Amino acid sequence: MKKKTWLGFVILVIFSLIVSGCNFSSSDGNKDDKKKDGGTEGDDKVAQVLNIYASSDIPTLDSTKAHDAVAFDVLNNVNEGLFRQDENNQSVPALAENHEKNEDETVHTFTLRDAKWSNGEPVTAADFEYAWKRVMEEAGPYNYMLVTAGIKNAEAILNEEMDAGELGIKAIDEKTIEVTLEAANPLFETLLAFPTFLPQNQKFVEEQGDQYALEAENILANGPFKLVNWTQEQSWKMVKNEDYWDAENVKLEEVNVFVVKEPSAGANLYETGKIDRVKLTSALIDQYADNEDFSIDKESGIVFLRFNHNHEVLKNAEIRRAIGMAIDRNGLTDVILKDGSSPLYGVVPEAFYFSPDQKDYRELNGDFNKGTPEEAKVVWEKALAEVGQTELTVSLNIADTDEMKKVAEFLQAQLEDNLPGFKLDIKAVPFAQRLEIEKAIEYDLSLSTWGPDYSDPMTYLDMWIKGSSANRMDYHNPKLDELVQEARIETDLSKRYEMLLGIEKILLEEDAAVAPLYQRGSAILQRAKIKDLIKHPAGAEFDYKSAYIE
Amino acid sequence: MIITLFVIVTATFFLMQFLPGTPFTNPEKLTEKQLALLNAKYGLDQPAAVQYLRYIGNLLQGDFGYSFQYQGRTVVSMISDRIGPSALIGLQALVFGTIVGLALGIISALRHNTILDYGSVTIAVLGMSIPSFVFAALLQYIVGVKFQLLPVALWESYASTILPSLALSVTVIATVARFIRSEMLEVLGQDYVTTARAKGLRESVVIGKHVFRNALIPVVTMLGPLAVSIMTGTLVIEKIFGVPGLGEQFTLSILVLDYSVIMGITLFYSALFILVVFLVDLLYGLLDPRIDYKQGGQA
Repeated sequence: MKKKTWLGFVILVIFSLIVSGCNFSSSDGNKDDKKKDGGTEGDDKVAQVLNIYASSDIPTLDSTKAHDAVAFDVLNNVNEGLFRQDENNQSVPALAENHEKNEDETVHTFTLRDAKWSNGEPVTAADFEYAWKRVMEEAGPYNYMLVTAGIKNAEAILNEEMDAGELGIKAIDEKTIEVTLEAANPLFETLLAFPTFLPQNQKFVEEQGDQYALEAENILANGPFKLVNWTQEQSWKMVKNEDYWDAENVKLEEVNVFVVKEPSAGANLYETGKIDRVKLTSALIDQYADNEDFSIDKESGIVFLRFNHNHEVLKNAEIRRAIGMAIDRNGLTDVILKDGSSPLYGVVPEAFYFSPDQKDYRELNGDFNKGTPEEAKVVWEKALAEVGQTELTVSLNIADTDEMKKVAEFLQAQLEDNLPGFKLDIKAVPFAQRLEIEKAIEYDLSLSTWGPDYSDPMTYLDMWIKGSSANRMDYHNPKLDELVQEARIETDLSKRYEMLLGIEKILLEEDAAVAPLYQRGSAILQRAKIKDLIKHPAGAEFDYKSAYIE
Repeated sequence: MIITLFVIVTATFFLMQFLPGTPFTNPEKLTEKQLALLNAKYGLDQPAAVQYLRYIGNLLQGDFGYSFQYQGRTVVSMISDRIGPSALIGLQALVFGTIVGLALGIISALRHNTILDYGSVTIAVLGMSIPSFVFAALLQYIVGVKFQLLPVALWESYASTILPSLALSVTVIATVARFIRSEMLEVLGQDYVTTARAKGLRESVVIGKHVFRNALIPVVTMLGPLAVSIMTGTLVIEKIFGVPGLGEQFTLSILVLDYSVIMGITLFYSALFILVVFLVDLLYGLLDPRIDYKQGGQA
């Protein structure tokens, strides 16, 4: 008897210890939500509350170290840098009230508007200098963005030939920043909207030490919203920042983000009204395709085939062209994947970038190497004869994910059916392995993916120059290299745009260097009451600044 | 115990070296040069033996290191933040599952070859063979969405713990029920049960004192490790119900090669496992009068 009481007591103690150690995200927040779901709050105004989800927790909110979509979303809405992406994904001045350039556009002077950190201190030029140098010092994962921006000495610092202190940024006085570039760079302003270029308050960062940006209290806001609550692995909450310089144009009062890792759970939470926007997996699309809240968003991630340009047969451009032409993209996206993806016949995806007169880059350049199986067969047989072969057996390097396996099997069937004498072996390996094989160029064909770093076609184009770490197939065309170098410093935007179109033409029309397959998409359920929620194709994905509930 | 842990740490450490890739984020865009610099920064450019010695050295000073993925967070804080929810739903599932499982198992043993027996066995077999994620998804949809009785997912109040605990308990029910049933049946056929009955003891005493208690020993043996695996978190249930637990974290850390977190959690699991096996040994003493640790083997 005694033993049993003792055992029961122990279990009770353990249980209560565990419950108390569980930190449920506050239950009163829950009641709040219910009240607000009702729609009214005393007067007739609709509660300006947005409830959404994220597929993982925020690894860190330190802008010098952040590297993932979830953190970028929060940073973009809680902080603000010199520039910000507008609803057309154009970089527009934000904290920079004034922007002047010298004649050859290598020295940029920014004047800051009056802005405050959430601890009341002003945002100063020194905050930018500190943060940018810190990116280099800490070897942040996006330090190469400072190199892409062409900031003086960034590359040398990255290569450890110089000290981070020698970076080309200087706080002239409290309000004036001078940034020196290696050369004129038409991309500079576009890049400034990227979270890596956000300012940081040196005193605050140093006070927090290694805990900086790991809790809601350990980060300062200077953007449209403030992070007020962050329960690890569960949820976080942003509320309107009344001290933000443009606060009158911020309509949402509250944004609640819940961590939901399982898509089906997300859909169920949408059903019960807990969240207002959810991304569906292909398994759920059929079920919701008729729902009035359903829509497909084009994403900017692309999937394409790399060819090993050292391969004795694949180095022939017409062989590569025939392979590209033989694949039925529509069948791939509409029958096999069914996940919102859409066919792609270029390396720059659709709805990603628009010319100065609002034409889609993709529309302007059109479709490359699109053809019927019959046409592909003609090109194929001619090219095969040219290289003196009657058949070709190659292997395809893929990551062993469900998506990639489905695509690879489809490619195998298509190519073997449409191209006589073609045989494809699929080699599925873990993602990291696929990448290593690709970097070592030890493959024939490789099923690759790419996502943009910034909102400009260049992010898909300069990777193909000789020596680029993303080339990974020993492709080299001096004409393309030259055009990329010219476009990098061309500050006449319409001339530059022509060059960007030209680069893709060399890559695909002339060389058929890769075979683009599809552009990713996502199937979305979003309540009709949400208006003006801006989604950017590159950099931070969401901007809640202008969003409101109707 | 220390030696066992040491062997586990060593084996895990060197096995991990065979995994391809890097623990750094955004591998798609890392250049060779950046990678080399990062490796140097974190000491990953050193030979495995040197890294190993350094890790063991830190470990001895109680330093489990920092996560690569969640920069700035220590492995210790990651485990302590996430073990609570896992342990809570695990414990609830275990207690509920054991009680229901025992009941089912005992009923079917005592009413051997009757409708009740067949019913319990069917439930147990279904519980074993239906994957827990199917059951979890069904529960979530029926209880959460259709009838809206309990929260669908997330971790907001005590009510949030009920569905995941239920889903998790299915395996426990099935395992315990099948085990106790076969053990009871075996014990019921033993001579001492016949003796007890012959002595004229009441049936309830025979079952309670002699049959059940003896049948419990193998069940306890099995429950120990089951408790550890269930209370340290399960990937599927935690993911479906949005439980901020450890199971999900462990799987993720392996996928992204978060070396220090993999090591930390492995070590934690192993230590817990060893501890529980030890506790189970002690429990035998309570259950079985033949085992007495004080007397050093008085049979």
